[in-house]
Amino acid sequence: MDFDVLTLSRIQFAANITFHILFPTISIALGWVLLWFKTAYRRSGDAAWLDAYYFWVKVFALTFALGVVSGITMSFQFGTNWPGYMQTVGDIAGPLLAYEVLTAFFLEATFLGIMLFGRQKVGERMHTFATFLVAFGTTVSAFWIIVLNSWMQTPAGFEMVDGRAVVTDWLAVIFNPSMPYRLSHMLLASALTVAFLVAGVSTWRWRRGDRSGGVANALKTALIIAAVLAPLQAFLGDLHGLNTLKHQPAKIAAIEGIWHTERGAPLQLFALPNAETRTNDYSIAIPKLASLILTHELDGELKGISAFGDDHPPVAKVFWSFRVMVGVGLAMLLIGVLGAWQFCRRGTLAPWLSRALVWMSFSGWIATVAGWYVAEIGRQPWLVQGVLRTADAVTKVPGGMVASTLVMYLLLYVVLLATYVSVVFHMAGKASKAALQSAQGE
Amino acid sequence: MEFWLPVIFAALMALAMLIYVILDGYDLGVGLLLPLGNAEEKDTMIASIGPFWDANETWLVLGVGLLLVAFPLAHGIILGELYLPVAVMLLGLILRGVAFDFRVKARDEHQYAWNMAFAAGSLLAALAQGVMLGRFITGFAPGAMPWGMALISGLALAGGYILLGACWLILKTDGALQLRAIAWARSSLYAAAAAVVLVSIATPLASARIAERWFALPTVFLLALVPVVTAALFAALWLLLPRLARREPAARERLSLVPFLLVVGIVLLAFYGLSYSVFPYLVIDRLTLWQAAASTAALQVIFYGALIVLPVIAAYTVFAYRVFRGKASELRYD
Ligand code: HDD
Ligand code: HEM
Ligand code: HEM
Repeated sequence: MDFDVLTLSRIQFAANITFHILFPTISIALGWVLLWFKTAYRRSGDAAWLDAYYFWVKVFALTFALGVVSGITMSFQFGTNWPGYMQTVGDIAGPLLAYEVLTAFFLEATFLGIMLFGRQKVGERMHTFATFLVAFGTTVSAFWIIVLNSWMQTPAGFEMVDGRAVVTDWLAVIFNPSMPYRLSHMLLASALTVAFLVAGVSTWRWRRGDRSGGVANALKTALIIAAVLAPLQAFLGDLHGLNTLKHQPAKIAAIEGIWHTERGAPLQLFALPNAETRTNDYSIAIPKLASLILTHELDGELKGISAFGDDHPPVAKVFWSFRVMVGVGLAMLLIGVLGAWQFCRRGTLAPWLSRALVWMSFSGWIATVAGWYVAEIGRQPWLVQGVLRTADAVTKVPGGMVASTLVMYLLLYVVLLATYVSVVFHMAGKASKAALQSAQGE
Repeated sequence: MEFWLPVIFAALMALAMLIYVILDGYDLGVGLLLPLGNAEEKDTMIASIGPFWDANETWLVLGVGLLLVAFPLAHGIILGELYLPVAVMLLGLILRGVAFDFRVKARDEHQYAWNMAFAAGSLLAALAQGVMLGRFITGFAPGAMPWGMALISGLALAGGYILLGACWLILKTDGALQLRAIAWARSSLYAAAAAVVLVSIATPLASARIAERWFALPTVFLLALVPVVTAALFAALWLLLPRLARREPAARERLSLVPFLLVVGIVLLAFYGLSYSVFPYLVIDRLTLWQAAASTAALQVIFYGALIVLPVIAAYTVFAYRVFRGKASELRYD
């Protein structure tokens, strides 16, 4: 059989990072939520906060373990699949990756042990401090890796010498044009993912009759986070898109499904982008809205795909990933605001709303992965925008070998994902059973 | 700088790998021994590594990370050559990492399966790491001989990890389990010793250059100390373990750290011998560390960071081990 190493390597990298990012997305914000549960307990003395802490810290432990093992896979992937990457931009990627390991990975991994199992051994303050350090470590880790990824999208602060990128200004590398947008959008994505996970699982317990204080506190916290951050995320995403228009116009053309440069471009709500004919089939669109959003003028000009020759990303994948992300984002806005309002006013949720929340437990994963696909597929055919093409960085490892490991990874990921989701609900069921029994006992 | 920076980074990388082999070595070893314990002992064995395994594996990330950022050329060649064993190792590490949590959080009736996954993952990772080591020493030579050697080194490393794991358990447990750990250490002692001898004989046979380095006069007399001291450490263990088993618990406790330290000593010597054989190559007989090094500017940026951060990491690692000193207690979140 004839395997195309480039395609296989891309699928494998995408599969691994997609699997990996699921868990950091939860760890980053859940660490801070746990810190909040603990602080709220210390301030109010209400043991319900402690119940919430103990349940979610177990989910955190599980998530962290999956994040670590899938992250180790990532650190091997880099060299095996993309040797050309380090050879060209190693002077930038190397220090950034090294600083992530040195300043973040050790910190979070070491204090995780104390955070999880050390409460009886170190005293209350130190334990809270360890919890803080773990949350802080995950966020620092996100910072470094997002800096690197943003630099790949909007490179700055370097010059090319003999085909290698040489740093001229580290501050410009780190604070590259898309970094602030990407970092804040990702951190909010993490917070929203956790908000809906906590809200979904707590509602699931609520619907089974578990009205214990821990469940109510967690639910309320999560709904408030969702209601505040979902609108903020939509606002920030809009700014992010404007910034992208400036630096990666081809990506925006793909996002909006604009094939030919036009004034007063419509906003496509639904369409099947057709790469053969370079048109959108079955399009449902709102006239002039895309121009209005992106240029703030009804007749603003937007560049189309055809303006970029062959250097443009695949349109349909980017177009649809974007709509999935925004669709989930709007659903989060609606359900989050309604849920918070109802629960804070009435102390309970309408059945349809609680059912929707349960269904949305893992909706953050979908939006996050879709968002990353927009960003990463939208950058193609470049690996580093304007500097290095993906095809020039690929490994020389035989395709058959990549294929066999790819199958292994995929099988493993399906099993682990199914187990993770079912174990989270299994633990929730067990906790509710215990809570109901102790309530009956009284 | 042109000369020293790559050497410093090679040393840092070797240090990270050495710390990894010792730290993750004991917890992989405990994983390999897990099927031998009864239900309650299994919980204690896992509890003895619970707070540490994550940080232990981070040393692997640092080692590979340094290889990637400091020697990108060698990283490409080495990991390309080791593609399959690396994939097997990752599979093993993933299995054991998740089994660690799933075994207590999933349904009770699945606990047996997750325990097995924990042991199997540990076994896969240990074997794969040994095979990688064997392939590396023979310069990735093709053919049955070098591959046979790689397989032997796979078994050897697994044997070494079992010994390390058993000695860790001697330190971290008491009562019946501690006695069993002593017995496990005694049985694996022979395997580990045989493995060290086999690998020491096979390495110079496999590479003429390595043989030359070791048997050149007059360094041979100085180097002879390495096998002699190694043999002495093995002998000390061989004498100590049965005596330890016969002592009163309190008296045993006073010496419970000694077997672990002796094994660490053996690992240090083996590692020293290995580094001596390989230096200054990163890919044996093909690529020296200067040829493989990244540009000086990038290395400097990392070097200054490492200079500040590594002592801090060392300090809080020591702190974490102090927090969990003494016998392993049940893993409780509250
Ligand atoms: C530091 C670098 C970095 C980071 C943080 C990410 N990626 Fe990435 N991604 C790459 C570096 C990269 C890459 C090395 O640049 C790839 C490999 C092949 C390619 O085209 O770009 C890539 C490709 C790539 C592709 C395939 C695109 C294609 O080939 O058409 C997908 C789907 C993703 N990534 C998804 C993700 C997700 C879900 C991430 C969330 C964490 C993510 N990436 C973070
Ligand atoms: C580009 C590819 C990436 C690589 C090579 C990578 C590498 C790693 C590694 C090796 C670990 C394990 C560290 C440990 O042993 O503790 C890890 C964990 C982690 N990564 Fe990544 N990562 C990547 C992408 C990302 C992204 C995009 C984010 C976040 C936005 C992220 C956030 C984290 C976090 C928070 C952890 C620790 C917490 C957890 O495991 O859940 N990573 N990563
Ligand atoms: C609701 C309105 C939203 C808008 C307008 C929006 C906009 C965008 C845009 C334009 C990008 C691509 C930027 C680029 O690569 O240049 C992006 C990426 C991304 N989005 Fe969104 N987004 C929204 C909601 C969400 C939600 C709800 C989540 C997750 C919970 C999310 C997660 C992400 C992630 C993880 C990325 C990739 C990383 C990044 O580029 O920041 N987004 N978003």
